Amino acid sequence: MPVFKHPQILIASNLTDGEVVFLGSSGWERDHRRARVARKAEEATALEALGKRDISANRVVDVYLADVEIGSDGAPTPLHYREKMRVKGPSVRLDLGKQAGEGAL
Amino acid sequence: MTAVDLRVAQRPNAPMTTYRYDEYDAAFVSERVAEFREQVNRRLSGALTEEEFRPFRLMNGLYLQLHAYMLRVAIPYGTLTARQMRRLADIADKWDKGYGHFTTRQNLQYNWPKLVDTPDILESLADVEMHAIQTSGNCIRNVTADHFAGVAPDEIEDPRPTAEFLRQWSSLHSEFSFLPRKFKIAVTGAAHDRAAILVHDIGLRIVKNDTGEIGYQVVVGGGLGRSPFIGKVVGDFVPREDLLAFLEAILRVYNRFGRRDNKYKARVKILVHEKGIDEIRAAVEAEFAAMDRSAFAHDPEEFERIAAFFAPPPYESLPATSALLRAAKLETPAFANFVDVNVGAHKIPGYAIVTVSLKPIGGVPGDATSAQMRVLADASERFGFGELRVSHEQNIILPHVKQDDLFALWSMLDAAGLATANAGLVSDIISCPGLDYCSLATARSIPIAQAISKRFSDMSRQRRIGKLGVKISGCINACGHHHVGAIGILGLEKKGQESYQITLGGDPTFSASIGEILGPGVTAEQVPDVVEHLVDYYLAEREEGEAFIDTWRRIGHARFKDVLRREGEDGADI
Repeated sequence: MPVFKHPQILIASNLTDGEVVFLGSSGWERDHRRARVARKAEEATALEALGKRDISANRVVDVYLADVEIGSDGAPTPLHYREKMRVKGPSVRLDLGKQAGEGAL
Repeated sequence: MTAVDLRVAQRPNAPMTTYRYDEYDAAFVSERVAEFREQVNRRLSGALTEEEFRPFRLMNGLYLQLHAYMLRVAIPYGTLTARQMRRLADIADKWDKGYGHFTTRQNLQYNWPKLVDTPDILESLADVEMHAIQTSGNCIRNVTADHFAGVAPDEIEDPRPTAEFLRQWSSLHSEFSFLPRKFKIAVTGAAHDRAAILVHDIGLRIVKNDTGEIGYQVVVGGGLGRSPFIGKVVGDFVPREDLLAFLEAILRVYNRFGRRDNKYKARVKILVHEKGIDEIRAAVEAEFAAMDRSAFAHDPEEFERIAAFFAPPPYESLPATSALLRAAKLETPAFANFVDVNVGAHKIPGYAIVTVSLKPIGGVPGDATSAQMRVLADASERFGFGELRVSHEQNIILPHVKQDDLFALWSMLDAAGLATANAGLVSDIISCPGLDYCSLATARSIPIAQAISKRFSDMSRQRRIGKLGVKISGCINACGHHHVGAIGILGLEKKGQESYQITLGGDPTFSASIGEILGPGVTAEQVPDVVEHLVDYYLAEREEGEAFIDTWRRIGHARFKDVLRREGEDGADI
């Protein structure tokens, strides 16, 4: 099992439209700030188990854990630049993706 | 009127300069759409798992990327009709976000399609004789060709009939649908290679032998990616009647001996490198001699049927030069610059080849809005027999424009933001989508292209620098062809940050070479400075008429490395 260094959230792509989604307290969220945060290895394992369940249920694909830091407001922000990109959208088209309000619930 | 003529004449706005589906082709593509619709339905219902569905979607060009699905549409040998271009625009508006990205392999990518909409998109493409078949997966991909095919003065023969012949041979070829890895073929019929054939799995060069017979020089084992190689000649002169059998023999040898245990060593270039070209040639010749070639016997009638679709359009008899063009150039300097940089010689007197740059200063290389696509479609109908080309350099070509019409065309393009006069210059940058879209990328590439483009935004400076190929990839897979950029830039991850490795001396033409690494990686912010230093050094050192690559070859890599080191010591921020 990989060493647990940082809090983590579970990221996936929605099956029907491919949009990036995050496992929240009551299902998959399109806003990463509503993601459920694993603060211990056991919690991360539990998130992964829920991800596998929803892969089997044909809700999501390409599920994985991503390291985050927790802001003063309690919301998680990805640590790696790849996931930072995924929670926003293309840096060269600020009018597209989540950063432009697309896909928000 | 022949059957072919009749079929074409029955279609509105149908130029005679590209292949048209017959009933067999149309049924084949239509059945494939219906099949994929069923596969999508089964995926959505849960009858297929993602693992089971993935090969199906990939074989239909559908990827899952960083923000959404991505659909890659084939533009065979880069030829498009106005009607097809308009349909690409319509699809962008109806099912995507109003734009498309023209790629480095004569494809178009939509970055935001929904899985549930994909069958409808494919049906809409099929309606205009397009598809996304074999734009992904371990099969023979979209066959590419010289984007000046049929109009270049240096051409022996139009490569597109050969490319179409190969497309039909390779489409859903039962033996080659599950190769060790993807397989890319490019064809040129010209004295200058504009199709980068030496860095393809198979490159075909149409040649004439001493008796004037047309045949093919066949090159195998070229490629970019993690392990770049220049292809090697496996057949010096393969007569046309033997072409399919010869290629079949190459693919069989690859299928038999290519490695399947390691995807990074599975391309034919690795096989050729490990075995050596002599052993590969012997194996291909042995397979060719032993195989039943009757199934691949050349059908001259079929080849001629295909070639007839690429017959020249009804050109007018015109003087070789245009007085109207001369006058307009004198009157409008911006137009004169456009003509000098983006307009090329045509094999027919009085006509010209126009490159429409999809690289505006600070823009996204290869992107076109749906509105721009429609302008290009309109322009092709008004000025160019309704035909367009897509280049692997991510630009659009209008291949048959009367010199007399160039000013009117330029005015139309200029109004649509499509008249950037930088074809082949430092801001005409090839760039993959990189980490802004691609799930494989390790760094962004588009912002690097934009920053370099802005740094050299002075167009007169660009013209002084002259031809210079800058190519950027956002990962080692090298979709941005960085290995063959005179200045190549590769985006990598280094200690959790984006880092860029610079190479010099790459060349995609018949004098092909793979670029050499300049030194340690630099940050994104440093890349424009590095490029500018390299360009300034080149300008100081070049001899009369010498392009960047020629100066680099003459004075050597070490001198360029030295100048950067000296600049660094002087305190430059590099």
